[in-house]
Amino acid sequence: MIDAEDFPGTRGVDPNWATSDAAQARLRRRRAADRRLWALGIGAVAIAMGLLLILLGSIVTASWTAWTQTSIRLDVTIPADKVNPEDPFRARYGSFVDQSLADLFPLIDTPAGERELRSMVSNGSQFFVRDAVVADPALIGRTFSIWVPAADPIDQLHKGVIDRDLPANRRNVNDAQIDIYDQLVDEGRLQSTFNWTLFTAADSRFPELAGLQGALWGSFYLLLVCFLISFPTGIAAAIYLEEFAPKNRFTDIIEVNINNLAAVPSIVFGLLGLAVFLQVFGLPRSAPLVGGMVLSLMTLPTIIIATRAALKQVPPSIREAALGIGASRLQTVTHHVLPLAMPGILTGTIIGLAQALGEAAPLLLIGMNAFITAAPDSMLSPSTALPTQIFIWFDSPERGFVARTSAAILVLLGFLVVMNATAVFLRQRFQIKW
Amino acid sequence: MQDPNEAMQRRHTVSSFDQELTDLTNQIVQMGAHAERQIALALKALVERDDELAEQVIEGDKAVDRLEEEIDQHAIRMLATRQPMAVDLRVIAMSLKLSNDLERISDYAKSIAKRSRRLSSAPQLKPLVTIPHMASLVQAMLKDVLDAYIDRNAEKAMEVWHRDQAVDDQYNSLFRELITFILEDPRTTSTAIDLLFVAKNVERMGDHATNIAEKIHYMVHGVQINRPRSGQP
Amino acid sequence: MVATQAASASPAPHSPPATTKVSARKVNLWYGEKQALFDVELDVYENEVTAFIGPSGCGKSTFLRCLNRMNDTIAICRIQGDIRLDGQDIYDKGIDVVQLRARVGMVFQKPNPFPKSIYDNVAYGPRIHGLAANKAELDEIVETSLRGAALWNEVADRLDQPGLGLSGGQQQRLCIARAIAVSPEVILMDEPCSALDPIATAHVEELIEELRDRYTIIIVTHNMQQAARVSQRTAFFHLGKLIELSPTDRIFTSPEHQMTQDYITGRFG
Repeated sequence: MIDAEDFPGTRGVDPNWATSDAAQARLRRRRAADRRLWALGIGAVAIAMGLLLILLGSIVTASWTAWTQTSIRLDVTIPADKVNPEDPFRARYGSFVDQSLADLFPLIDTPAGERELRSMVSNGSQFFVRDAVVADPALIGRTFSIWVPAADPIDQLHKGVIDRDLPANRRNVNDAQIDIYDQLVDEGRLQSTFNWTLFTAADSRFPELAGLQGALWGSFYLLLVCFLISFPTGIAAAIYLEEFAPKNRFTDIIEVNINNLAAVPSIVFGLLGLAVFLQVFGLPRSAPLVGGMVLSLMTLPTIIIATRAALKQVPPSIREAALGIGASRLQTVTHHVLPLAMPGILTGTIIGLAQALGEAAPLLLIGMNAFITAAPDSMLSPSTALPTQIFIWFDSPERGFVARTSAAILVLLGFLVVMNATAVFLRQRFQIKW
Repeated sequence: MQDPNEAMQRRHTVSSFDQELTDLTNQIVQMGAHAERQIALALKALVERDDELAEQVIEGDKAVDRLEEEIDQHAIRMLATRQPMAVDLRVIAMSLKLSNDLERISDYAKSIAKRSRRLSSAPQLKPLVTIPHMASLVQAMLKDVLDAYIDRNAEKAMEVWHRDQAVDDQYNSLFRELITFILEDPRTTSTAIDLLFVAKNVERMGDHATNIAEKIHYMVHGVQINRPRSGQP
Repeated sequence: MVATQAASASPAPHSPPATTKVSARKVNLWYGEKQALFDVELDVYENEVTAFIGPSGCGKSTFLRCLNRMNDTIAICRIQGDIRLDGQDIYDKGIDVVQLRARVGMVFQKPNPFPKSIYDNVAYGPRIHGLAANKAELDEIVETSLRGAALWNEVADRLDQPGLGLSGGQQQRLCIARAIAVSPEVILMDEPCSALDPIATAHVEELIEELRDRYTIIIVTHNMQQAARVSQRTAFFHLGKLIELSPTDRIFTSPEHQMTQDYITGRFG
């Protein structure tokens, strides 16, 4: 038995308080509270994960049909008298395609029937034939088999998106088209292959011909411009603020403003770009250069903040060590502080660029949602970007664009995941333990 | 100049250090009291020709030796564990030397007791006056110097230091007196020489008391005093 | 209580005729509104180890950092007074602070090697000051410095390994090697052993003893035994004032000032 008198500091406290009933009850309550908090946390994480899964699941299922494309095999005859071998590019290839369809179905001879027949294949089919002939002029005067994309309604019918059992007025494939379709299937003239067009083609009014190439190049140029502007500027600004700037009212104001800049809604930057870059400087609309400049305004504060954080993480002892043997402040920064902060800076930059990659609103304002059917060949040519392309497709009435919108979202998400993973990798790999 | 007493009276942050220093002081004082008592008893044995008392003094010296050992060990342990500085270092280091001085004083008392056993069987040469007087002077010196030690009073210690001259003067006159005895009657030689040694022992005790005074001065002020005072043979 | 006046630190009698290397007169220093040093006046002699002791926040480190102008990097720090190195005012406009720091090297509390190889750590100073004309000369400087820091035998076969891979004591000696690689005249040490174990501390103390022949050393330490062991003279600071500067053997046996006595015997506050 311990006497309370032995412990002058605990006079009056029951020395056996820890084993009393009240203490036990308190302990139980405390443990119960711990368990409740634990359950709450797990629940919150579960909800978050669930929502994420639902989101991903819905996008993946919605995009499902966009990954394949139905094609129809045609036996096209190129009459030698209608194509000039010297200039195979110019010829009425559409009529050759129509003719090959007519040859397949000799029984259809009404103008209406011929129209149904023509509507089976994509409007772009003639270009496939043309490209084949241009690539191999020996085909002139001969008949050959070629796979051309099916028209969107047929594609959707083949994938089962359009239900043939619906009443005719509630589906956009009529009975005649279904008859032709069935016949083509019977003859083995239909196949479903991976939809490479999604990546090799630029935008088109026809879903079966539309792809993301223009948007990918556009986004690439955007990020390039954005990186070239915001990376050096951001690092320079951060180094100045963190290492050289005197701590006074003026720098405080700058700091607050930079932090606020990061919170400005992105559409405001778009308005700024529209007003300054397009209207004052007269730069071209829809150009990745302008888009990149606008996005760099958005990325800049992120990079500055991340760089300053990375610089702060470099222990002051390293700066002291360098200064202590007579390195100048610039040498201290360039030889020691900056290299040590670089992984953190790159991480922040990548995250900033990933944000920029996903940004649509400011690009809409400077016209990067234009309908452009060719990939940009420079930073000044009009272009779309991944998020704006998604926006355009989402707005398009054709059935085929529904799935393609989701597919484009998945492509965008894929890039974001890769970029963020790179950031995580950099952080893990090059972090120095002090 | 700082006030040394204030320095020593201020308490350490680590209070057990203060306690150990107090213990050390008490041990020195206890040993000093022992030594004082040894002087008194030895002189009493001499004057009253009491062999039994003399035996007691010889026996009592062992206790003083034991105390010296204890003090030394305590001081060395403190040097090792506290790593004392400045005044603390001086107090501990000087307590080592003080214990040595006190032990020597006790040794001299023992030596007087031994001679008193021989003297008690011999005829008395003359009434013992000078030696007891010297001894009382030395005893007072020792008492005062120990008080000065307790008070950490260097001035009081230096006052004791000056008093040693009187003991030396007494010794010198006794020396001449005893030589005269021997010259007049050679048969007294043995007794006279014994008395001479006793007187010498008392005089040495006085020297150790002055040593202690010097050490107290160093302990308090941290400076050695010059030794202009000599005259010891 | 004893009146404390910084100026009252008497230049103690000193046996060999010592040359004054660093001298400070009426040094006052402010951090913003708060004054951290009050009229500090002292002389540091050549080829001696001078120790600065005192409780935390007494200004000893602050004063040390005045001597190679490390306080310049602190914006709110304002200094007044006269500090001379070989009679030359180090706060003069004509003095280049980078050159000054090459002449007055510094070793810090926590070993802070660069996250580079052992070789590059030592070679950095000579490289930025252009002390070596070619690789062979640089190699020689690195070896001499590492030998000077009593580290060569331990690291000669692994110069390309990271400096951070060394033990704490070795890291601190590497930092000393890095400091002496630019041939400074004065080495400032700011509690160089406070992060080290007793064995590593002993190595560094032994090294300080050796370095004294070639350099003037000023060491700030919280460990009074260390000050007693390595220094020839010791300065005691309290609340931004220099209380006492005396020969070390004197200050640790019988200091002149009440405050010094209270501090070194553990009777403070």
